[in-house]
This record gives sequence, C-alpha cells and structure tokens, in this order.
Amino acid sequence: MPPRSASKPSKKRSNPDSVTSSATGPVPSASSKKKASKEVDGTDKLFDKYANASSGVIDPEGIEKLCSSLEVPHTDIRILMLAWRMKAERQGYFTKGEWRIGLKALKVDTIGKLKKALPELEKEVREPLNFRDFYAYAFQYCLTEDKQKFLDTETICQLLDMVLGSTFRAQVDYLIDYLKIQKDYKVISMDQWRGFCRFCNEISFPDMTNYNLELAWPSILDDFFEWLREKQA
Amino acid sequence: VQERFGNQSFRMERKTIDLEQGWDYMQTGITKLKRILEGLPEPQFDSEQYMMLYTTIYNMCTQKPPHDYSQQLYDKYREAFEEYINSTVLPALKEKHDEYMLRELVKRWSNHKVMVRWLSRFFYYLDRYFIARRSLPPLNEVGLTCFRDRVYNELHSKVKDAVIALVDKEREGEQIDRALLKNVLDIYVEIGMGQMERYEADFESFMLLDSASYYSRKASSWIQEDSCPDYMLKSEECLKKERERVAHYLHSSSEPKLVEKVQHELLVVYANQLLEKEHSGCRALLRDDKVDDLSRMYRLYHKIAKGLEPVANIFKQHVTAEGNALVQQAEDTATNQAANIASVQEQVLIRKVIELHDKYMVYVVECFQSHTLFHKALKEAFEIFCNKTVAGSSSAELLATFCDNILKKGGSEKLSDEAIEDTLEKVVKLLAYISDKDLFAEFYRKKLARRLLFDRSANDDHERSILTKLKQQCGGQFTSKMEGMVTDLTLARENQTSFEEYLGNNPAANPGIDLTVTVLTTGFWPSYKSFDINLPSEMVKCVEVFKGFYETKTKHRKLTWIYSLGTCHLNGKFDHKPIELVVSTYQAAVLLLFNTTDKLSYNDILTQLNLSHEDLVRLLHSLSCARYKILTKEPSTKTVSQTDSFEFNAKFTDRMRRIKIPLPPVDERKKVVEDVDKDRRYAIDAAIVRIMKSRKVLGHQQLVSECVEQLSRMFKPDIKAIKKRMEDLITRDYLERDKENPNMFRYLA
Repeated sequence: MPPRSASKPSKKRSNPDSVTSSATGPVPSASSKKKASKEVDGTDKLFDKYANASSGVIDPEGIEKLCSSLEVPHTDIRILMLAWRMKAERQGYFTKGEWRIGLKALKVDTIGKLKKALPELEKEVREPLNFRDFYAYAFQYCLTEDKQKFLDTETICQLLDMVLGSTFRAQVDYLIDYLKIQKDYKVISMDQWRGFCRFCNEISFPDMTNYNLELAWPSILDDFFEWLREKQA
Repeated sequence: VQERFGNQSFRMERKTIDLEQGWDYMQTGITKLKRILEGLPEPQFDSEQYMMLYTTIYNMCTQKPPHDYSQQLYDKYREAFEEYINSTVLPALKEKHDEYMLRELVKRWSNHKVMVRWLSRFFYYLDRYFIARRSLPPLNEVGLTCFRDRVYNELHSKVKDAVIALVDKEREGEQIDRALLKNVLDIYVEIGMGQMERYEADFESFMLLDSASYYSRKASSWIQEDSCPDYMLKSEECLKKERERVAHYLHSSSEPKLVEKVQHELLVVYANQLLEKEHSGCRALLRDDKVDDLSRMYRLYHKIAKGLEPVANIFKQHVTAEGNALVQQAEDTATNQAANIASVQEQVLIRKVIELHDKYMVYVVECFQSHTLFHKALKEAFEIFCNKTVAGSSSAELLATFCDNILKKGGSEKLSDEAIEDTLEKVVKLLAYISDKDLFAEFYRKKLARRLLFDRSANDDHERSILTKLKQQCGGQFTSKMEGMVTDLTLARENQTSFEEYLGNNPAANPGIDLTVTVLTTGFWPSYKSFDINLPSEMVKCVEVFKGFYETKTKHRKLTWIYSLGTCHLNGKFDHKPIELVVSTYQAAVLLLFNTTDKLSYNDILTQLNLSHEDLVRLLHSLSCARYKILTKEPSTKTVSQTDSFEFNAKFTDRMRRIKIPLPPVDERKKVVEDVDKDRRYAIDAAIVRIMKSRKVLGHQQLVSECVEQLSRMFKPDIKAIKKRMEDLITRDYLERDKENPNMFRYLA
C-alpha cells in the first residue's frame, strides 16, 4: 500500500455502499441473472471478509489483512495497481463499489483467483498507455485533503521507488538523492511528478546527453540535471 | 523620273549604264573622298558632284534587268571599304605603337566614319529599298562592320594594352593626353553599335583587372608603412582620382565597377589590419578623439557592404570599456571609503555616465551620420555597463537616488532651472538602458513619497516635469501612481482647509493641538508598515476628531493611520530654557510618557507603547545615545539594551531654540527589492495568461520569448522564474501541457 499520510479523514465520501452487511448469503431469486448475482455475491462475500463491520469499507487494517492473504507486502506496487483497477478514490480504503469494479475487471471472486490475477494485472498496467494513467493515479491517490495539489518530497521519494524503481533503478536512486539534498522544493506538483516519468523514459542515463535546458522540462528537473552534471564532473 | 536637287531640275537621258562603266564613275568619287581623308589637297564635294554620284547609283539600281545592279553595288560598297582598309588604313596602324598608334587609330576611325557617311549618302538608294527587300544590314552598319572586322578586331588588344599603360602612368603622377584616351575608348563604345559588349569585354574587364592589381600592390606596401589615418587619406584620394578618371575618359558605366575594385583592394582586403592597427587604428582614434579621422573612416566604409560592422563593433567595445572603467572606479572608491563619501561617488558616477553618453552620442550623430548601426552599438554598450551593481546598489537605485538629490531641497540649488531640466532629460534617457525599470520606479516612488510627505521637494514644476518625461518614455502606467501621489498632496491641502473650517465650526471637537493630516490614496503610495502603537491620549483625541471630520465627507472609505510617517512638535521644558523638539510621532509617544512618570525602564516603555524591540531600540537610541540626549540612559553605555532605564534629561540644552531629532532611516532597499520581486511574479503570471488566452496553444520557447518581450518594457525576466510561474499556473489549472507534446501548452478557459 502506498504510504499513508497522518490520518486526517476530512475527505467526506457519500458512500452508498456502507450498508452494514450481515454475513448471510443472498436471497435466492428466480432471476435469470443468477450467474451474475452469484458473482457479485462471491465478490461481496470476499469484501465482507476484509471490510470493517461498522464502517462498511475496507480500511487500512483490512488492506493489511488482504495483503497477507495475497502474500504481497503492503508496500508493494501491486496493491496500488489493484487500487487503480478499482479506481479507488481514497488512499487506504476500498469501498464496496470500488471492490466490485476491480474484481469484476479482473474476473475474479476468490482470494486465490485474485492472487493468480496479479501478474496479469501488472502486465496490463505496465502497457505504455495504461502506465501513463496509472502513474498519474499514483500521485492523485496520495492526496488526502480536498483541495490538496502537492505531495511532500518524502512521500514522493517513496512513491518514485515503488512506481519507477524496478524499471529505472539508477534514475530513481539519483532522483531520490537529489530530492533529499535540495532545499528549494518542499512539495511536488502533479506536473513535476509527471515530469519525472517522462525524464526516465526519454533521457538517456546517466549521460543525459539528450537533455535540453531550453525545453519545457519542469525546472526541478533542470536543477536535478545541473546538480548531477556537477556531481559527475 | 525626275529628282529635284536644290534649284535645278535635272533631266537625264535614261541610257542604260553598264556596271563597269558605272562603277568606274563611282570610283572617281571614292578616290576623291580618299584623297580628302588622307589630307591631300582636294576640294570638297560640291552638290553637283554629289548628285551625279547619287544618281548614278540610283539609275543602276532602277534599270531593268539584267541591268539592275543593286546586289553588285551593295557588294562593291563594302568592298570599297575593305580595299581602303587593307591597302591604307591597316598598314598605317600596324607600323605604329603605343601612343602614336592610338593617335593614328583615332584619326583612322574618324576618317572611316566620314567615309561611311559620304559613301552611304552616295549609295543611299540601296538603303531605301534594296536592303529592306532582302533583309540585309543597312549601309551604315556595313561600313562600320568593315572597320570592326578588319581593323578593330586586329588591333583592340594592342590598343587596350597601350591605354592601360597610359592609365597606370597617370596613376603614378605623370601627365597624359586624356582627350586621346577618351577618343580611343569612344571607339570601343561605338564599335559595339548600341551594345556595350565590346567595351566591356575588350577593354573594361582588362582595365579592372589591371586596376585591381595596381591597387593591390600599393595597398600591400601602404598598409605596412602608413598609419591608419594616412592610409585612409590615401585611399580617399585614390577613390577621388579614379572617379575623376571615369569622368574624363572612361565610360560612365565603368564607375561603379572601378570604384568597387579599388575599394576592395584598398579597404576590404586590409580592413582588419587597418582597423586594428595598434597605435593608429580605430580603437586608438576613439581613444584620442580623432573625430575627423573617424568621420573619414565612416565615409570610406559606409559604401562597402557590411563594411561598417567591424567599425561599429570596435566603437561598441570602446564605449563599453569606458563605461566599465567608470563603474569600476566608483566601485573601488566605494569600497575604500566611508559610506557617505561613497554615496557621493555613486552620484558622481551617474553624472559621468551622462557625460559619456553625451560625448559618444555626438560621435554617433556627427562622425557616423546617425547610422543605425552606431545608434545600436551605443545602446548595446550602455546596456552592458548601465546594469552593473556598484557597491551593492543596483543602477536602478543609483539613478533614483540621483533624481532625489536633484529634486530635494538643498540638492541642486546652485543649478539653473534650465540646467536642471536638461539633467532630468538626460537621466530619463539613461533609464532606457536600464533593464530593471520597475525597480527604478519603486525606488523613485519611495523617495518621492519622502520628499512629498516631509516637504522636502525643491520645486513642484521640476517634479511634474520629470514625471512627464518618464511618462513619455515609459508609458502612462509607469507614472500613474506617482502622479497620483502628487495629486494627493494637492488634495490634502484642500482637505486640511476644510478640516480647519470644521474645527472652527465645532469648537468642542477641537483636540487642543494643531493637527495636520495628509490623506493618501492607498494604491498610489508605497506600502508602509503601520502597527498599533499605543498613542498618548492627546494624540488619540486627534485621531478621533479627524475621523469624525472625515466621516462628514465620506462614509465609504477606511482610514489607516501611518504613524511612522508623522511628525510632532513638542515643547521641551528644560531647566535652562524651553526648546521646541521636532520629532517623529513615535519619538513623541516615547517622550510624552515622561510627562506622567520620571523614570521608566525599557520594559515599561515596551509594554506601554506596544512596539517591537527593533523599533524601540532605534527610538530610544535616537533620544538618548545620539547627538541630542533628551533622555538620560542608565547605564550610559553607547547602545540601548533591554535592561536600561530612562529619565527625562531636564539638564539638556542647546543654543538653538528648535531642534530636529532625526530617526536614522530604515534601509528601504531590501523591502523595495522584495516588493518588486513580488510584483514581478504577478506581472509574469499576467503576461503568461494574457498570451495564452489569445494564442490558445503555444510552444514553450515561443511562450517564453513572447513573455520576455512583453515584459521587457519594465524588466528583464529571469527565464527560470518564467518557467516556475508557468508550472504554478499549470497547478492552478490555467494551463495544461499538450498530451502529445509536453513542450506545448494549452490555455484552459
């Protein structure tokens, strides 16, 4: 799970799904949508296993439980990917609706199936078009306040590591070093965040010979470039 | 058929003339003509002879076949020339050389033209019908062509050599027969029969080559031996002579070509060596103020494509160096001397820069004929050194201080009004070179405020005059606030009159103290910190009374009191004699505390007045540690500390009856720079939004450059700053990056 900020649940969600569900099964109906409803039922059952009974949503604790069921560390990127699939809005929480969307998209209804679906999910997310969306989502997901537009550099460092670390180890390590040392930027915007990904994808590293200060790279990357150049000299 | 000639009518028996017979007759005429041309004693043709010859041709052409001899006569006409040329003309020419040959040629050409004229008159009838019918060249042309083919083609090369030799002789200073050369060269022109080809190919091209190599040789030795001015004089002279040459005997079309060649050899090939000559080149001339030589240099290089660029460049470097030297001088003086002397030096710098500008503007206008290259060079030079910092002060600040010194009382009282106007004019012109114009405006505004509020302005007319000049140069927006300030003062005076009337009509409201209030319109004036000092009760009453009055005038405005700008006159009842103290409101507040208590500690005062430590220390220092010790401090150390205590100094006295106790001014510089930086951020934002709103989509580099251009009237924006503002606007959802091209931006409505 991506790092949580100090719990300030000021983001109010109207959650139609936070109906306290009992552990009873569905009422058998003569509906032709039996199969579909069965699926939903399975999904719902699974949801209930991890959801907080009083709030009706899966909370950070529940997610931790989920992670251990999936045998995935809770700081693993795959949980973030799952959140993305679910279009989860609030970091650290899954609503029933989001759960349903996610599991339906993955075509799973048991924990075992979900676990097996994770590699496929990862592959799908890493497709260029999806990754772009996922990458932006990662930032968005960490915003906790209503009008918040920035993330602190510490969060960004962790996020960078999680999201880009496996593909761009060197760049990420240097970026993190820089972010920790520099004093000009205390927070990072979405535009800057996007810039990091673009940088990793487009700029040859570590020579950075195709980096051009005259272009519209966010100035934090200009500063990073100059810092690294000096270091290399 | 009858022809009429003169008065006689002629009847000729139309007996058939046979060719041989007719030609024999014609020969007599031709022979006669030749004799005339050869200068032999031979009378001229009379009209009867002429007519006979003409008629013979006529008849032979109009006879019935097989006796119509037009073709044969046409051929014989040409043969007549050929025969004469071969037998007489050519041999005569071939045996002569050089100038003699030239003379002979001129003579023979002239003769030939006469011969053509006469013979073509005799044979005229052919011209009328025969040549047209057969599309043949007319007689005139035939005649000239004979000379061209037989004489000219043979000799033109030799002739050309002889001419060029004479030209070079003349160049070396010898006298030559110019008329002769003119006549010879006319042949080249005429032989072209309407085209300049022969002249150009057979003479001019060689002449140009020869001229080029002549001047090349000269230049290579002159450039070693002569100084730059001397070389230029020689060049100018050469060009003059060559132009004269053209006027005297070359064809006018040769002038531009010849001039170009000479210029090239003398001025283009050696341009660099000439201009950069160590002790006499362009730099040295500028250094030594050699105005005439520089004017000559301009004249010479003006006509050469891109010739002025190196000159303008050296000019720019020279002016820049001079300017930099002035700046360095001021910097050195400032670091070596005490602060107040240093600031005088800085003012001297501005004066010197103005003088430098005047001096070199004269150069631009007079030596360099106001050519745009030099205006540009001057401008760029000034832009370089006028934006340097001197002893920590930006040029914007120096200039503002300079203006303040002229406009304040005791500043420039020795100068005449005219001199002041003139100086103000020049100062405003200098402002054009300063990139941080907004910084100047802010410093100016701050100092203007001081002058206006403390009645330190020397002359209202001058104040308004400079604002007009600034407006003209920088636009209305630049001066609108300042003008507002000046207007405020005028209104304030009227307001004060109404206030006094009001007090007159409401004696109960009278605070018992003479109160003058100046109401300032917030937007116009610099921002002042004003914080809530606890005023003494007398002053509180004043404030309330004025508030009451003001509300009768308008209910919609809020009054914010700026005590830091107030002045107070107190009567100090000292033991020896009473003295009027002119102090700031804050100082007054401190002093009035001692009306009720004899001794107060620092903390007492702090609590009672509710001031910051920094401000209080400053105030107490001015009253107890400076020149006039109105309060005695315990312990009597040189600086104020928080453990001190203070007492009214009843023993204080001075020979004056009224003294001013100044507060050392707070350093405005930091605040001004901060304010300007803040304004710039807004200005950059506004410019970006404005541009994007109208363009909708724009590439990064273009956006940056348009932004810089839009803002350049006021300041030179830092590219990094623009980038940061753009990113901020992205976060605030004014702009977004294009999805395909992240270097492209879109406006978000």
